[in-house]
Amino acid sequence: MLSYVLKRVLSSVPVMIVVAVVIFALLRLTPGDPAAVLAGNDATAEQLAKIRESLELDEPILVQLLTWFRNLLAGDLGESLLSGIPVVRMIGERVGPTLALAAGTISVTILVAIPMGIVAARRPGGVLDRMVMALSVLGFSVPIFVTGYVLIYLFALKLGWLPVQGYRPPGDGLWSFAQRLILPVLALSGVYVALVARITRSSIIEVLGEDYIRTARAKGAPERRILLRHALRNAAVPIVTIIGIGIASLITGVVVTESVFNLPGLGRLVVEAVLARDYPVIQGLILLFSFTYILINLVVDILYTVFDPRIRY
Amino acid sequence: MKISAPSDAAGGCAHEDAQPSRRRLILRHLLRAFGTGPALVALVILLLVVLMALFAPLLATADPIAIAPAERLSGSSANHPLGTDAYGRDIYSRVLYGARVSLIVGAGAALVSVAIGLVIGVLAGYFPAVDSVIMRTMDGVMAIPSILLAIALISLTGASLMTVMVAITIPEIPRVVRLVRSVILNVRSEAYVEAAVTLGSPVRRILMRHMVPNTIAPLIVQGTFVFASAILTEATLSFLGAGLPTEIPSWGNIMSEGRSYFQLFPGLVLWPGIALALTLLSVNVLGDVLRDTLDPKMAKRT
Repeated sequence: MLSYVLKRVLSSVPVMIVVAVVIFALLRLTPGDPAAVLAGNDATAEQLAKIRESLELDEPILVQLLTWFRNLLAGDLGESLLSGIPVVRMIGERVGPTLALAAGTISVTILVAIPMGIVAARRPGGVLDRMVMALSVLGFSVPIFVTGYVLIYLFALKLGWLPVQGYRPPGDGLWSFAQRLILPVLALSGVYVALVARITRSSIIEVLGEDYIRTARAKGAPERRILLRHALRNAAVPIVTIIGIGIASLITGVVVTESVFNLPGLGRLVVEAVLARDYPVIQGLILLFSFTYILINLVVDILYTVFDPRIRY
Repeated sequence: MKISAPSDAAGGCAHEDAQPSRRRLILRHLLRAFGTGPALVALVILLLVVLMALFAPLLATADPIAIAPAERLSGSSANHPLGTDAYGRDIYSRVLYGARVSLIVGAGAALVSVAIGLVIGVLAGYFPAVDSVIMRTMDGVMAIPSILLAIALISLTGASLMTVMVAITIPEIPRVVRLVRSVILNVRSEAYVEAAVTLGSPVRRILMRHMVPNTIAPLIVQGTFVFASAILTEATLSFLGAGLPTEIPSWGNIMSEGRSYFQLFPGLVLWPGIALALTLLSVNVLGDVLRDTLDPKMAKRT
């Protein structure tokens, strides 16, 4: 078990190195002068020189790569080209709304999608199953920013139940904090619920065909117990896997959702940085999001052994 | 039942090569699958979108990029069935032209990522020497959320139709590579491939004759999903303001521009949004049907 954890941790290191190199290479391998691209069309020579200096673009490429890795190991993602504030600090200031949004979405997903998948799997091809499948294709297809605006239109503009946009930190009162998160979480959950409900359904259908389920039925175990204890438990591995893989689409979704609902989180920060051509910030956030994705999947892989003790490495 | 005719044909060609009758069988399955229910609706919607894109100049009531400050933010009228945006541009015509961008980006990304992914996937699957280098690189690219990778590429190259397409296509490639590689690895251990290798068939022939044909069905399915995903990515990028410039109307940037006026004129955002959602829904439904028909093994897995 311990050696498996160690092996798995070590195997994600090369992926992280590749990610860091790819992100490093993006700027340096861009055709033309990267500083000129970042500075825009009406940049002065001084501005160009400043960008070149702060990104150390005049150094030989290998020296740049070494500096990049040395800084990464020291937790230094560089500084904003505009404000000069360290990127790490900017991330710290903006991470709150993003975490709240992600946590809300993952909770809603687990609470809604897994029961949906179980209900659908009980009678494949039945009315409930077809409804769940149709909802999941719908959830998967309708873009978050379309769902988001439809929700705002219905619940904020037409019914007036919830605020249109914005964010309040939890310190300003829990209800005003939660109130502004309801619609964003609903909008973002759509895709995710669709994904997880689908995988729950298909893995439970598969498990329900196993011999031990027939044995459990034969000895007269109640259906509830069969579904929850025998089927769900054995279907847990693919479900957890897809939750891990889905983090990638969750990250994309966070960027979009924060824009729709004006949440001042990391996703908004990326978009602001893109519009302001603040490359160090873009680069730092991409790195952060990618590493988060890799780490979450690492945790998921290790969790397998907890969910399914049969897996031995 | 219009499907009864091919069954005679299939019977009639029993002594022919096995290949055409198998093809005909698949075709018949496809006809049956697409001829009913949601798949038929999806096919019709997609066809309408294609027609919209093709005949946009004929169907449009106004020039999609003509600015008319006097008519800004006007409601629905004879000239402007869906009203106008903040620059007085006709929303209906812009949505029509938006279909062009979506279909071009979707089809382009699907074709190019499948072609590049096929080559890299075959290399990785057949030549162990390069396999781990290729696959680690692909893992790395896949770990970067595709929208962010595209955003980085676009912010470094500037936004044009070409750069947006490249930026959308690159993140799609690793998934195609993985798929092709897994098919190649599976087929490689088949007896007929071993036999061909033993008989000294040239590598080129083994690849083209025994390997690549096996990847076609899964690639068609994957291509459909790339098509949908590329349309979504383009719309998302344009919506965030990191995509196409607004001289090229795309569903994403029409929505992006309508955002500030959403509370008063929800149609600015909702109409292109509906067009986008319906298109994606149709492509995904068709993708599911294609997968169930062409690739039952994959259908069972997801």
